[in-house]
Amino acid sequence: MSWTTSVGGHSYTFADLRELMAKATPARSGDVLAGVAAESAAERVAAQTVLADLPLAHFLDEAVVPYEDDDVTRLILDSHDPDAFAPVRSLTVGGFRDRLLSWQTDTAALTALAPGLTPEMVAAVSKLCRVGDLVAIAAKTRVVTGLRTTLGLPGRLATRLQPNHPTDDAVGITASLVDGLLHGSGDAVIGINPATDRPSTVRALLELLDDARQRLAAPIQSCVLTHVTTTLELLEQGAPVDLVFQSVAGTQAANRGFGVTLDQLREAHEAALALRRGTVGSNVTYFETGQGSALSADAHHGCDQQTLEARAYAVCRAFDPLLVNTVVGFIGPEYLYDGKQILRAGLEDHLCGKLLGVPMGVDVCYTNHAEADSDDTDTLLLTLGAAGCSFVITVPGGDDIMLNYQSLSFQDVLQVRSTLGLRPAPEFEAWLETVGLLDDAGRVPQLGPDALPALTSGLS
Amino acid sequence: MTGNGVDRDPWVMLRAATRARVGLGRAGDGLPTAENLRLAAAHAAARDAVHLPLDADAVVAALGERPSVVVHSAAADRAEYLQRPDLGRRLDEASEARLREAAPEEPADLTVVVADGLSPRAVHDHAVAVLDALAARLDDWSFSPVVVAEQARVALGDAVAAALGSRMVLVLVGERPGMSSPDSLGAYLTWAPRVGRVDSERNCVSNIRPPDGLSHDGAAEILAALMGEARRRELTGVELKDTGAALPEAAG
Repeated sequence: MSWTTSVGGHSYTFADLRELMAKATPARSGDVLAGVAAESAAERVAAQTVLADLPLAHFLDEAVVPYEDDDVTRLILDSHDPDAFAPVRSLTVGGFRDRLLSWQTDTAALTALAPGLTPEMVAAVSKLCRVGDLVAIAAKTRVVTGLRTTLGLPGRLATRLQPNHPTDDAVGITASLVDGLLHGSGDAVIGINPATDRPSTVRALLELLDDARQRLAAPIQSCVLTHVTTTLELLEQGAPVDLVFQSVAGTQAANRGFGVTLDQLREAHEAALALRRGTVGSNVTYFETGQGSALSADAHHGCDQQTLEARAYAVCRAFDPLLVNTVVGFIGPEYLYDGKQILRAGLEDHLCGKLLGVPMGVDVCYTNHAEADSDDTDTLLLTLGAAGCSFVITVPGGDDIMLNYQSLSFQDVLQVRSTLGLRPAPEFEAWLETVGLLDDAGRVPQLGPDALPALTSGLS
Repeated sequence: MTGNGVDRDPWVMLRAATRARVGLGRAGDGLPTAENLRLAAAHAAARDAVHLPLDADAVVAALGERPSVVVHSAAADRAEYLQRPDLGRRLDEASEARLREAAPEEPADLTVVVADGLSPRAVHDHAVAVLDALAARLDDWSFSPVVVAEQARVALGDAVAAALGSRMVLVLVGERPGMSSPDSLGAYLTWAPRVGRVDSERNCVSNIRPPDGLSHDGAAEILAALMGEARRRELTGVELKDTGAALPEAAG
């Protein structure tokens, strides 16, 4: 199906849904690189105008990546719930935006709607939203998950503590772990990106974190972010695996680039579930995504990067994740050029994930060759806090010395929790209180490493 | 209250084990002024390393008597370079013509491309020193003119070597700067370079930045070993790495 419209005396034609979606996307470098972006601001508005009039039901008839060629498309369409979709079936994309903003659409309505929505529908509506809309709609969308802590509750902002070290050194990792815990960080997960995928190293890190958890008697879950096949192998050997991790993308070909299939994810999910390691919930998967990953794998099928990113969340939601986060500024300026593009992409990703029923977090970050700095991460963190983001990622001083990029510091999150009145996950908050890391006003006092003797008594 | 923790013993042990910025202390919930400025300074050094223009004249001068050609990629400026990696892998037309004129009659064993990449500062600090250390170890190799490339990605070396007709290309390129490593040089080796080679067909030695990273001589030693093996087996890439038992770990 093709569409033609006029804006400012010029006529614009869009050959198919893929082109319409791409050209309606707010400007970003990755779509220019892919050659799919609108060629002028007017063409972008023309595409948005056509998109606003498109019936939502059209997304069930026209796929942006062919059904026959792609298992993600098949997953999306085969698992679509027509009953859940019924309340919005007659709406256009523009009408859907108005409905999402309306007073009648509350948290319960949004939760019920999620199984009826496809990634392409939520990507489309997000393209018609301004930053304020992306925040306002997300703020009333809740996705609650749990394992040893409960995440996604109203008024809470959790953190992944990321104690990476360039040589996976146990004491070096412990130093960052202690620093993070002393700042009340780690309620979403303690998650290490290992420097090597060697199974023996990954196992040693899993045991280090699980041992720390038991010595602290803390309600935390841990994860070593290695390939799903490595985790599965270690899990079968009896390693303490709380969470199965995998990077995923929105097309079958891009997932092949990550060396992963939906069947492998299914197998790993079931294996982790069978361990029954949770106390307050049974969500045992963790996924990372990011706009541009399909293009960088040459697997984008001529689609824009934001639509494909939303499709990655359909992959995630099939495996009942505890955590999903977009690594929004990590992939570089050829995909998201500056702070403005990173801000919008982070909020789009957060909203799209939440609308699909995914427990969305964000790695608020940038690389040194992007036009971005800590003012931009502060702005994104504050807006995500207002939007009810499930969790963000924290590293000492915001400087990840293994991956060489900047994320948030522990202090950044304490400050935003305080500014917006947000608290850690309830189980973790209670633990902080028992070890003296939370005062009567709900603040985290400044204590030294000896406040955590379970981890530091042998060191000094 | 422990202030910034500097005078407390447990941090000494923990800090010694990591370059991570642990124990920064706080002002209320936020970062104290001194740490905020330290972070800003580290970021500034990394940013300046990205945006400092390559001083091609200085590189050519440092090359001394080695013949050289200065080329430019199809990316017009830094902003375009950062957003269009595809253009940074292609030569502009004038450069391609210059290279064809400079091509030796007999194909050379090796072309060395000195490419600004994401840190011209790394090139200024380390590239010629690595080249000198390497050339001293490659007595029986023939060299084409050294190519100094502006707004260049690693794969530009394929186009350069194809235009010169060389058997192998070594690209010395500024790596993406980290907060604590604004001056890191990488070295990428490709046998039978031609447009369309992929990363798995190359070998890389990274983090060349004495005194914290690999030394110039250390890098040259690894590269010379790799290059000898590559010439003998007529390949680079994953296969060379996997079977190169004698190669140091850092060659990966």
